[in-house]
Amino acid sequence: MRFAVSLLSVLGVASIIGTVLKQNEPYENYIIKFGQFWFGLFEKLGLYDVYHSGWFLLILLFLVISTSLCIYRNTPSMLKEWRTFKEHATEKSLNAFSHQETYSTNASTDELKQKLTQFLTAKGFKFKFRTQEDGSELIAAKAGTHQRWGYIFTHVAMVVILFGGLLDGNLPFKIQEMLGYKRIETLDIPESQVPPESRLSIFNPSFRANMTLPEGVSDNVAFVRVRDGYLVQELPFRVALKDFRIEHYATGQPKSFESDLVIIDPDLKEPITKTISVNHPLTYKGIAIYQSDFQDGGTTLNFKVWNLFAPNAETQLLTGAIFQNGVLGEGDEALKVEFNDFRKFNIINMSPDGKGKPQNVGPNITYKLRDNRGQAIEYVNYMQPMQIDGKHYFLSGMRETVQDEFRYLRIPVDNDFGMEGFMNFRATMLNAAKYPEIAQRIARNSIDVKKDPAVKKQFEESVVQLLTVFAKSGYTGVAQVIEKSVPEKEREAVARTYIKMVSVAAFEAYNMSLEANNKPLLPSNGDTESLLRDSLNAFSDIFFFGTPYYLQLEQFEHKEASGLQLTKSPGQKWVYLGSVLLVLGIFSMMYIRERRIWLSLRPGKQQVHFAMASNRKNLDFEKEFNLYREQLRSLIG
Amino acid sequence: MNNSLEYQQKTLLQSLRWQDWLYALIVFAGSIFAYVKYSQYMDIYEVSFLFGAAALASYLGWKWKGLGKLVLAVGIISVFSISLYDGEQAKATQVFLLKFLISSQSAIMWMHVLFVLAMVTYWFAMYKRSDFAGKVASALTWSAVLFGFVGLMVRWYESYLIAPDVGHIPISNLYEVFILFCLITALLYLHYEQKLNTKQLGGFVLLVINAAVGFILWYTFDRQAHNIQPLVPALQSYWMKIHVPANFVGYGAFSLAAMVAAAYLLADKGILASRLPSLDVLDDLMYKSIAVGFAFFTIATILGAMWAAEAWGGYWSWDPKETWALIVWLNYAAWLHLRMVKGLRGPLLAWWSLIGLLITTFAFLGVNMFLSGLHSYGTL
Ligand code: HEM
Repeated sequence: MRFAVSLLSVLGVASIIGTVLKQNEPYENYIIKFGQFWFGLFEKLGLYDVYHSGWFLLILLFLVISTSLCIYRNTPSMLKEWRTFKEHATEKSLNAFSHQETYSTNASTDELKQKLTQFLTAKGFKFKFRTQEDGSELIAAKAGTHQRWGYIFTHVAMVVILFGGLLDGNLPFKIQEMLGYKRIETLDIPESQVPPESRLSIFNPSFRANMTLPEGVSDNVAFVRVRDGYLVQELPFRVALKDFRIEHYATGQPKSFESDLVIIDPDLKEPITKTISVNHPLTYKGIAIYQSDFQDGGTTLNFKVWNLFAPNAETQLLTGAIFQNGVLGEGDEALKVEFNDFRKFNIINMSPDGKGKPQNVGPNITYKLRDNRGQAIEYVNYMQPMQIDGKHYFLSGMRETVQDEFRYLRIPVDNDFGMEGFMNFRATMLNAAKYPEIAQRIARNSIDVKKDPAVKKQFEESVVQLLTVFAKSGYTGVAQVIEKSVPEKEREAVARTYIKMVSVAAFEAYNMSLEANNKPLLPSNGDTESLLRDSLNAFSDIFFFGTPYYLQLEQFEHKEASGLQLTKSPGQKWVYLGSVLLVLGIFSMMYIRERRIWLSLRPGKQQVHFAMASNRKNLDFEKEFNLYREQLRSLIG
Repeated sequence: MNNSLEYQQKTLLQSLRWQDWLYALIVFAGSIFAYVKYSQYMDIYEVSFLFGAAALASYLGWKWKGLGKLVLAVGIISVFSISLYDGEQAKATQVFLLKFLISSQSAIMWMHVLFVLAMVTYWFAMYKRSDFAGKVASALTWSAVLFGFVGLMVRWYESYLIAPDVGHIPISNLYEVFILFCLITALLYLHYEQKLNTKQLGGFVLLVINAAVGFILWYTFDRQAHNIQPLVPALQSYWMKIHVPANFVGYGAFSLAAMVAAAYLLADKGILASRLPSLDVLDDLMYKSIAVGFAFFTIATILGAMWAAEAWGGYWSWDPKETWALIVWLNYAAWLHLRMVKGLRGPLLAWWSLIGLLITTFAFLGVNMFLSGLHSYGTL
C-alpha cells in the first residue's frame, strides 16, 4: 500500500516533467536550449519522450504488479465479507460494539421475530437466524455489502487499463531495438530506400503513424516518429486522396477540414470511398484513419518579379510550385528560389492594441533565396495589400535565420490598389538621367531660386547630388554624408533641409512617373504627403531587403495535402472495459454503504439487544443508527 | 396497529406529490419544445442528451426542490429573454430589459455582482451570528446562480444569431467554463448548505467563486474574452457536451472540499471555532465532496479519452492537459487511500485537500497559460 502510493507519486512527478519539458521536439531545439552537456544527459534519461522511456514503463509495470498483488491478497477477504452475515457473533463481541442498545419487552419471541424481520426488510436488509449457545435467538442482517465488489472492480480496472495501455505502447519495438533487430532512420531519404531494419511490417499489432497525401496521390506506407528519427510503417492497403477541403467561417477561422479518401485493397471488390473530417475518422482492417492536419501539396505559382535596383519598372515572369526550386539572375549572381509554403488564408489580428477581431488577410507565400555560397534569406510575401492604421500596403517580411523575427518592407498602394505606382516612382528615383529634370521642376516652383540663374544652377546641382546619394543607399546614405561633411552643431538643421528637399524631389519624381504613364497627377494635400513619406521609407528600406528581387504573387493554383494519422490500437477495448469497471467500482465503493445489524432476542430476560456496525463510520452512519434506535424502541417497547 | 408502518420509508416515487409530476411534465414539455424548434442543429447523440438532461433535471428536482425551482426559473427567464431578442442580436443593446438585465452579457454581469454581495453577506452573517443575514446570503447566491445560468442559456442562443454555423453550447472556451465553474461550485455548496444547515461555510466557498469572478472580469475587460468565437473543428463534437460539464463538477467539488478544508484548519486552531460547524461535520463534508469530485473527474477523464480517440487518433496522447488530469486524479486517489485504507483523519488530510486545489487550479488554468498542447482552445 505504501509502495503503491509511492509509485503513484513517482508517476505523478514523472508526468509533470513530461509536461514541463516539451516532448518530441526536433533535437536541435533541445541543444540550443540546454547546451551540449545537458542535452546529452537529458537524452540518456529519456526526458524528451518521458512516457515511452524504459524507466517510465518500468514504474507502470511495478504498479501493475503491486496492484495485482493487492487484489490477490484482499479479494478473498472481500468476497468473504460480501457473503457472510456474521451470524457467529457472540453476545460478548456484541457487547463490545460502540453502537448498541438494549430494550426490555413483553412480547413473545415469535411476535418479535415477525416485527423485527419486517423492520429489517423495510430497511433493505437481508438477514439470517441463528440460535446461540445460551438459547437466545440471533438475527444477523446486512445491507450494502456489494460495496466490497467496488474494491475488486476498481483495482482490477487499473490492471486492465494499464494492460491495454501496454498493448498499445511501443514495447515490442523497444525490445527489438535493444536486441539490435530494428533501428530508427534519421536520414531524410526517399521512402523506398529506407532499409528493412527501419520498416515495420503490416503485422505490427499496434502503431500510431502519420502520412501526408497530396491531392490526387495514393500511398501504402506511413511514418512513425521516434525520437529524432522515424520508422516506415507498411500498410495492408493503399490510401488515395481525391480532394481536401477547408471550410471557413465568415470571419475566416477554419470551420472544417475534410478529406475524400479512397481505400484500394485487392481484398475489396470495389474501393471504399469515404469522407473523413476531424472527429469523424474511418476504420478499415482495424486501422483507424484520422484527419490530423494539412499542408501544401505543391501549389503552382505565377510571379511577377521586380528588380528593386533596376532604374526601370520592367518585370520578369517566374513560375514555380511549392517544394520545388527556381532560379533568378545569372552567373555568379544567380539565386536559387526555394518555394516553401503557400497559405491561402491567414487570420491575423491587425488591430493596434490586439483587442479587435482577427481577420483574414488573404494568401501568402514563403520562399527562400539562396546564393551560390549556400546563404539564404527567407521571405514571406502577402498577395493582397493589408490595412495598417487606415492605409494599405503590400507586405513582405524577410529574415536571415529562423530565430529572427520577420522584418517587413511596406510598399504603399497606388490609386489602383496596385504596386505599379511605387515601382514606377522607385525607377524614376533610381534613374540618374531624370535628376536634372527633377531639379529643374523644383527650381521652377521655388520663388527664391528661380530669379537668379547662378543660384538656380547651384541649387539644381545640389539636388542632383542629393538624389544621387539617396539612390545609392536611401536615408542612411544621406545621414552618412551629413556626418562626414557638416559640423555637429548644424547637422540637425541640414538634415531637416535635406529631408525636405528629398520629399519635394519625391513629389516631382512621382508626378513625372505618373505623367509618363498617362495617369492623373498627385494633388498637394495631406494624403499625398503621407503617400510620399511611405514611398520614401519603402525606398530606403529596400537597401535592407537583402536581395534585389521582389516576388509579387500574381496567380496560383491551390493544391493541398492532407495530413492523416493512422492508428492501430488493440488495447483500446481493454482500456474501455477497464474504464467501465473503474466507474462501477468507484461508485459502488463510495455510494453503497455496508452496514450490519445484529438483534439478539433473549427470551429468558425479556430483552432485545440491538447492535449496529459499518466498515465506514461517518455522520451518515451515526444518523442512521440514532434513527433505528428510536424506531426500534417504539416498535419493541 | 398502524405504528408498525411508521418506520416504513417511502421510495422516491411514492413520495412524489402532484406538484412534482407537474414539474417533470413542464421540464419534458420544455425539452420537446426545444427539440421541435432546434432539432435541425442536433445529431442523434445531442437529441439523447437533451432528453437525458430533462430526465436528470426531473430526478434532481424531485430530490432537491430548490434545484427544481431553479430549473423552472432559468427556463422561463431564458425563453422570455430569447423572445425579446426576436432574432436580432442588436436588440441586446436596444431593448431596455435586455440591456440592463437579461441579455447574456448583462445577466453574467449580474451574476458577478450577486456573487460578490453574497460573499460579503455570508461573512457579515457569520460575524454577527445573524440567521437572517445568512438567509439573505443564501438567497443572493441562488440569484447569482439563476442569472449565471440565464446568461449561459441566452449566450447559447446568441451564438446562433451571429451565424447558424457559429452557434454552439457556451462551454467551449476558458471564459465560458469559468462561468460554469462558478455556477457548479455554488450549486454544490448550496446543496450541502441545505442538507447540513451550514450557512457559516458560505463565506469560505464564495472566496473561490469570487476569485473566479475576478478572473472573468479581468478576462472580459482586458482580453475581450466575452466575444463569442466560432468553434475550431476539433471541438465540434457532441462529446464536449458531456466531457466538459463532468469535468467541472469535478473541479467544483474539489474546490468546495478545499474551502471546507480551510475552514477545518482554522477551526482546528480555535479560530472562528465557535462560529463554524463542528470538526466532524467539516471532515465529513470534505470527504463527501472529494468523493463526488473524484467520481465525476474519473468519468470526465474517461469521456475525454474516448473523445480523444475519435478526434486525435488515440485515447491517450500524454498531452499536457491529459497528463495533468491524471496528476489531479492520482492526487485524490492517494488522498482517498490514506483516508480509507489507513484510516487517516484530521489536519493532514485538510492540508492535503487545500494543496490539492493548487494542483487542480494548475490543471485547469496553469496548463493553458504555461504549457502548450492539443487542447489548443483557451490560451490566455
Ligand atoms: C494503480 C494504483 C491504484 C489506484 C489508481 C487505486 C485506486 C483506488 C480507488 C479509486 C479507491 C477507492 C477510493 C474510494 O472509494 O473513494 C481505492 C481504494 C482502496 N485501495 Fe486502491 N488503488 C491503487 C492501488 C492500490 C494498491 C496497490 C492497494 C494495495 C494495498 C490498494 C488498496 C486499496 C484499498 C484497501 C482500498 C479501500 C477499499 C475499501 O475500503 O473498500 N490500492 N483505490
